[in-house]
Amino acid sequence: MAGFVLRRSLQALLVLWVMSFVIYGLIGLMPGDPLDVMIASNPGATPEVVAHLRAIYGLDQPMPVRYWHWLLDALHGDFGFSRTHSEPVLTVLAPALAQTCKLMLISFGLSVVLAFGLGVAAARKPGGWVDGFVSLFAFAGISVPVFWLALILIIVFAVQLHWLPASGMGTVGDNGFIDQLRHLTLPVLTLTLASTGQFTRYVRAAMIETMRMDFIRTARAKGLGEGRLVLRHALRNALIPVVTIMALSFGTLFSGALVTETMFAQWGMGKMIYDAILANDYNLALVGLLFATLVTLLSNLAADLAYGWLDPRISLK
Amino acid sequence: MTALDMAPPSVQQAQSVWRLRWKRFRGHRTGMIALGVLVLLVLFTLAAGPLAALWGIDPDSTDLLSRYDPPSADHWLGMDDAGRDELLRLMYGGQISLLVGLVSTLIGGVAGLGIGLSAGYYGGRLDALLMRFTDGMIALPLLPLLIVFGAVDLTKLGFSSEFAHSGAAGFWRVVVIIAVVDWTQMARLVRAATLSLKERDYVLAAKASGASPLYVMAAHILPNVATPIIVAGTLTVGRVILLESVLSFLGFGIVPPTPSWGNMLNNAQELVTTAPALAVYPGLFIFITVIAVNFIGDGLQHAFDPRSSR
Repeated sequence: MAGFVLRRSLQALLVLWVMSFVIYGLIGLMPGDPLDVMIASNPGATPEVVAHLRAIYGLDQPMPVRYWHWLLDALHGDFGFSRTHSEPVLTVLAPALAQTCKLMLISFGLSVVLAFGLGVAAARKPGGWVDGFVSLFAFAGISVPVFWLALILIIVFAVQLHWLPASGMGTVGDNGFIDQLRHLTLPVLTLTLASTGQFTRYVRAAMIETMRMDFIRTARAKGLGEGRLVLRHALRNALIPVVTIMALSFGTLFSGALVTETMFAQWGMGKMIYDAILANDYNLALVGLLFATLVTLLSNLAADLAYGWLDPRISLK
Repeated sequence: MTALDMAPPSVQQAQSVWRLRWKRFRGHRTGMIALGVLVLLVLFTLAAGPLAALWGIDPDSTDLLSRYDPPSADHWLGMDDAGRDELLRLMYGGQISLLVGLVSTLIGGVAGLGIGLSAGYYGGRLDALLMRFTDGMIALPLLPLLIVFGAVDLTKLGFSSEFAHSGAAGFWRVVVIIAVVDWTQMARLVRAATLSLKERDYVLAAKASGASPLYVMAAHILPNVATPIIVAGTLTVGRVILLESVLSFLGFGIVPPTPSWGNMLNNAQELVTTAPALAVYPGLFIFITVIAVNFIGDGLQHAFDPRSSR
């Protein structure tokens, strides 16, 4: 078990390291370079001065050398400065990470609960009208473009009905809990609706599969009530594959969070990365992407651990 | 003369497996409806050229005096933010979105097929290497990565500035970057199928009689993995269309003036207050297309799986 965690952690670190190199290379390929703003804002900069600046910042070095220097600094905990925020990257990142975790965890929790309710209800009678309705909902959920869903919610609840704010994280001057909640409602609703579809399909499939098993027939034959049968016998067994697959889709949720945060102007990791790339904020984009990768890798590891924990037949080696 | 001879001939004639499957697919109601919807959608987008000629409207010509004009007899869905005919833009945008979905799936599918086949067939180190690579790919946050790909300055890669800013470059960039990230499912699927197939007797017999690996893969393995490939490929088309739309919407995909269902919503923040209908149409088309494709995939799965009933 400990060996498994150790090996998987090392693997995750390897992926992270390879990613850092790839992203570093890609970011070097984005338009402009780290000095162009400084040069553009200083008309007196002669070519000699520019060349000198390049040498100071190491920009005249080839990419692998620059990457090596970046890596050494990063290992010492120095991720550089964000040029749009004029602050150390980690200072900018921390609140964004907290915001995204809040958005993702609430939405994830809600959609898991919703998916179990719908999936179990649908699996009671495959092909019945409840199943048909749930399937349609699930297909709609996996097929809807998240940004468009957000647009529709904005049009309905913010523009037409004036019930909820269309963007931002709080009204200026009012930082109360209710106000924050109101600003979080539409983003959470969007992300929840977008991820419930896939989850529901997993639950439904796993439940139908389990309900066909012999032990269910036995339980039914000995006169067990339907409610107890579904909740205590079938659901617990269907849980194993479902929980794993849900934890695995945490990475997909991050993509959804990026869109949602951008649509509702929520200052989270997704919007931070998006803005950083738009503004050529190299350091911030790089570290943001690496953190996003790290979160995904950790959730995958958690999924594997949950799998072993839920199903004692599986030995993690 | 025995009774056997008198039986009408042809009754017992074996039906080809594809005919059987088509029959089963036809029995799948939602799949058939979805197929019909998709055919209509394709016809709708293809009508763009003929209709533009018929109406004598240039879909790219802007007219700032008729921005956000409401629907009229000449322009059924009204005008967009630059005074262009919304209906024609929707048709042309659909062509682009559907084409990206198809071409990207093909490229990514072929890549996944190659990787899955070689990993499964050769096994050993190559398999381990390719599968760790695939696992690593799956673990990446897709959308942020695609945005970085989309932000890459093509001139820094040695393309001419002229090409980098052309519509063709915009199209191929989206197609390629989506294909680069969306081959993993296909690879895993094909690998799993290949692993079980390569131990079958007929494959061993072919190997024993001296068939080359390439021949065995092409003649004996490929036809038998066709079924899962078709189903997975169908579902991939839907996913790719969604990815293209969100990338184009965020400004890293198809670049205006070339329309796509995604980039027609670029100025959505303005649209929601000034012309909400224009914010609804393009997304509605994406939604209907993707849901139709997914239902077709579901129908195919049902038709190809002899165990599934209903």
